[in-house]
Amino acid sequence: MDTGRNASLKNRIKAISENPKFINSKKGMKSGLKQLLIKIFSFIVIVGICYVILAPIIGMVVNSFMSDADRYNPMVYMIPTSPTLEKYKISWARMDYLPTMGRDLLYSGTLMLLQVFICSMVGYGFARFQFPFKKLLFACVVVMIVIPDHTIMLPIYMTFKNFDPLGLMTLFAGKPLVLMSTPIPMYIMTIFGCGVRSGLYIYIFNQFFRGLPKEIEEAALVDGAGTWYTYFRIMLVNAVPAVVTVAVFSMVWQYNDTFYARLFLISEDIVISKKIATLQMVIANVDRILDTSIQELYLNAGIVLIMLPIIIIYIALQKYFIEGVERSGIVG
Amino acid sequence: MRKRRLTLSQKKMINGYLFILPWLIGFIFFYIRSIILTTEFSFSKLTVEAVGGYQLEYVGLDNFIYAFREHGTFKQVLTSSVFNMVIDIPLIIFFSLFMAILLNRQFKGRTLVRVIFFLPVIMNSSAISTALDLSRQMVAGGISAGSSQMAAETSATGVDIYYYIDLFRDLAMPDRILDYIVAAVGRINNIITASGVQIVIFLAALQSIPSSMYEVAKIEGATAYETFWKVTFPMVMPHIITNIVYTVIDSFAESQVVTLAYNTAFTDFNYGLSSVFSLVSTAITCLILVLAVGYIQKRTFYYN
Repeated sequence: MDTGRNASLKNRIKAISENPKFINSKKGMKSGLKQLLIKIFSFIVIVGICYVILAPIIGMVVNSFMSDADRYNPMVYMIPTSPTLEKYKISWARMDYLPTMGRDLLYSGTLMLLQVFICSMVGYGFARFQFPFKKLLFACVVVMIVIPDHTIMLPIYMTFKNFDPLGLMTLFAGKPLVLMSTPIPMYIMTIFGCGVRSGLYIYIFNQFFRGLPKEIEEAALVDGAGTWYTYFRIMLVNAVPAVVTVAVFSMVWQYNDTFYARLFLISEDIVISKKIATLQMVIANVDRILDTSIQELYLNAGIVLIMLPIIIIYIALQKYFIEGVERSGIVG
Repeated sequence: MRKRRLTLSQKKMINGYLFILPWLIGFIFFYIRSIILTTEFSFSKLTVEAVGGYQLEYVGLDNFIYAFREHGTFKQVLTSSVFNMVIDIPLIIFFSLFMAILLNRQFKGRTLVRVIFFLPVIMNSSAISTALDLSRQMVAGGISAGSSQMAAETSATGVDIYYYIDLFRDLAMPDRILDYIVAAVGRINNIITASGVQIVIFLAALQSIPSSMYEVAKIEGATAYETFWKVTFPMVMPHIITNIVYTVIDSFAESQVVTLAYNTAFTDFNYGLSSVFSLVSTAITCLILVLAVGYIQKRTFYYN
């Protein structure tokens, strides 16, 4: 009899605990509200920060379409009443846009290929081979990332101003070579793995190759592939995320770089971002547009033109790129 | 004589050296040699000769003494750069960690938001920002008008910031903390644009935390707050070091000291002094890095 009562009690408890009406209903509502509040809060924060990032860009694009009348009219905000392409036309002509851009993309593009090739090779060497002083040498790569460029700028300037490696130039040509105001120094530095932020790329490739399974290479070795064949045909093909990451980074940073471009006095016909510095002056002097607030519109149009290829590359590759950054272990 | 055959490990060793050879040459020639030369320059007076090449004349510590005792702006520029960096580091780290946690949730338009957050890294061109600054100054009517323009802008927003500052000061909040907060709010734009890479690094770190840890925390009854401090934070700790290193390097590469060193060398042709500027600033950067990384490394928990 006692057991029967117990059983019926148990049944009642079970029935109550399974009834949705009684399950922590108050708590559930509260956490639902909390969730909603957190969602709204994070939405506001994200939208706000996106606005902070995008606002200057939107402002520039809007400005570049404004006509003079819009600029003087204080009622015009964000949407020009009489949009015009005139600013683009003149900026385009003054920057000599297409040829200069072509030369710059060729310059940054070839350097980018070199960076990918050299840095992946060095990164692979560090990731997969054992040799004496390896740890010390890899510490040197980190030193290279940490040391600011301006520490080494003077000796490098002096070196390329009278380029005379081991006295060879004096021996053959009679005098040292002057490599200033050509892009050659940049190529030389990149070939020897010391280009713009090469240390970082070596690090990225090293991390990525270390993460790949060793079995792939062992299989290749058993099938009779040599070291170099394995590297080119197997490892590099498998490293696509890292390659895309480094390619985009090096393309963009090379394109935006002004430090080395100024140091080596590379002509502004090759490095288009140097042209933007003088664009406003050129427009003031050549087109006799003397109102500074109108000049600013032309400058904005020029900046939009210069940023255009980079943004197109970025948006086209962004899927691989952000995945690549996440996967290829900038993360140590 | 029989040719000695190499063992497999010797062959691998040689291949390893071959793979890193280009970089090794470059590092010795462009970095080691350059650092030695820069040090040498800083102790000498350098005159460029007409034929090409240069003459060094040993002057001892003269350049250092000049830089610290007589040069008009060096000390000021150096301290302000270092100060900016020290303010920026914790702000950028906390901001990017916070944003990474927000972005790590599933929501609509996540990819779009990530694309936007990385945009500043892509668009970060010093040439463009210089040109824009210059043009703004010209619109405002020269450099002197810059500050008055800014004052006008702040009053135009209708927020009287000084009212709030006084309010907190009346609440006996220490001035130093208040100054820090005001400075932090003032540089929010800089911080957002400077933390693109850091956010991505933290995002990757967050995604590499095994979800079983969160399950355990949930079963044990940890609140979200506890989960953050006991699981998430220790697991991303190693990446905080990576991010600090990245932030320090990045902010120093664009600081005023670099401009000063460049101008001293190529506008004033005072190469020795420029070397002193470079060396001193590099030493300070490395010191900050070592201090920060050392301080955090002791408290870091390594999962593997």
